[in-house]
Amino acid sequence: MTSQAGTNHADVSELGYSADEMMTVSAARALRDGMTCFVGIGLPSAAANLARATHAPGLVLIYESGAIGAKPNGLPLSIGDGILAETADAVVSVPEIFNYWLQPGRIDVGFLSAAQVDKFGNINTTVIGGDYRNPAVRLPGAGGAPEIAASCREVIVVVRQTIRSFVERVDFVTSVGYGSGPGDRERLGLTGSGPKKIITDLGVLEPDPATLEFTLTGMYPGVSVPAVRERTGWDLAVAAEPELIATPSTAELDALRRLEGSDHDD
Amino acid sequence: MAEIVSLSQAVRQAIHDGDAVAMEGFTHLIPFAAGHEVIRQRRRELTLIRMTPDLIYDQLIGAGCARKLVFSWGGNPGVGSLHRFRDAVQRGWPTPLEIEEHSHAGMANRYVAGASGLPFAVLRGYNGTDLYRQETLGNGRGGTTIRPVTCPFTGEQLTAVAAIRPDVAVIHAQRADRFGNVQFWGITGVQKEAVLASRRSVATVEEIVDALEPRPGAMVLPSWTVSYVAQVPGGAHPSYALGYSARDNGYYLAWDAIGRDRAAFTCWLEENVYS
Repeated sequence: MTSQAGTNHADVSELGYSADEMMTVSAARALRDGMTCFVGIGLPSAAANLARATHAPGLVLIYESGAIGAKPNGLPLSIGDGILAETADAVVSVPEIFNYWLQPGRIDVGFLSAAQVDKFGNINTTVIGGDYRNPAVRLPGAGGAPEIAASCREVIVVVRQTIRSFVERVDFVTSVGYGSGPGDRERLGLTGSGPKKIITDLGVLEPDPATLEFTLTGMYPGVSVPAVRERTGWDLAVAAEPELIATPSTAELDALRRLEGSDHDD
Repeated sequence: MAEIVSLSQAVRQAIHDGDAVAMEGFTHLIPFAAGHEVIRQRRRELTLIRMTPDLIYDQLIGAGCARKLVFSWGGNPGVGSLHRFRDAVQRGWPTPLEIEEHSHAGMANRYVAGASGLPFAVLRGYNGTDLYRQETLGNGRGGTTIRPVTCPFTGEQLTAVAAIRPDVAVIHAQRADRFGNVQFWGITGVQKEAVLASRRSVATVEEIVDALEPRPGAMVLPSWTVSYVAQVPGGAHPSYALGYSARDNGYYLAWDAIGRDRAAFTCWLEENVYS
């Protein structure tokens, strides 16, 4: 079966893996063993669980449902599946997970997805088009993301890159990245250091140290700079020598497909 | 002391047209059976409060029970959108739906304030977001539920959120005893806060036992904090009750097609709720 919670690999290329699988593997590599990670559902959850199944067995997965140190052996569909509570080190109430655990800055990395992300790493998951009271598209909304983006020591965003999702300025700031540039996080009193990577199905973007504008710093094999720029809604800056990111290893792909319960026999 | 009654009696006595109703349960222990009873009893003009509206409020909204929704994440977890919710917000079907929108941390703290008997709670949150701007500037009414507050000790600028005080809280729990003491465990969400913040409450339970056995990590709401208890085995389906049932993920996946289409939804309502 294809997994709605994680990646889909409908279009596995001749290389033997799909763009989504490459993205999930790339995101998993960004997590180090022993880190504490506040996990959003969907792409971030797939990547965090893959990291725990491969190079980071001591990664502490924290879900907003109150599960701390969850160790699911497959991908949960929701952030509150029974497997998360049953395998957690501790299960706490929802006020407690936000007030005692997230707010004081105890958590190393927040792992988020987005419907829209802009050049300063601001995230929109609320409305697209029209105005707030009369939107063209009503999205699910904030959930835990605004405070995850504010309070985790750092943030990593995992999102498929399209011309519609990568915009100059998000239609609605659900969760703050760098606001409108340098100094904004400090001015707003946000305690975490903000988004450090945006990992997509084309490559990796990181903030320019001076301008904080997201810049292309890594690409997957077979992806070109013009192809990335074509799917970016702002005038994308490119690092002098973007890294060529290694293809997924057999071990990474096997672990991901095992998590998703996919055998790829068809 | 809680009265032990049937589900239909609990809903009839606790929930009235125009009430502010909080049906809580964070993915786990969602009181679906009670929600369906509210639809069957054709309650109208409700203010529905819930962190994650989930399928249960998609169904109540689609059935025309709601005037207003207070929430923080309105999706079908792991699947996609709530299409009845979207249809109500984008096109006013079956009736227009006013929304009051927060983050999870904001909603959780609003319940804590309500349970604590305080007018507001304080958190580090919302700064720089359009959620804040929307509540404080965007609608012209100005800061009805989110406002800045200065710490009297340090001078730090923090965020105040208004307490939630629902008329009624509705939860599902694993067990109650025959005196109406209610016990639940696993992911416990904000159910305790929701019940303690509300004027009245309904707890549906998997089973009523002679005496509650203590369980590690379990919460207990004493009988005198709950208004009505009704035994409804499976009352959380397609959500789940840890130790009794598993989350029916297939139902959540299948809901996408049902919720997407007004006719399919109306048909579902006739066959599964009204009949």
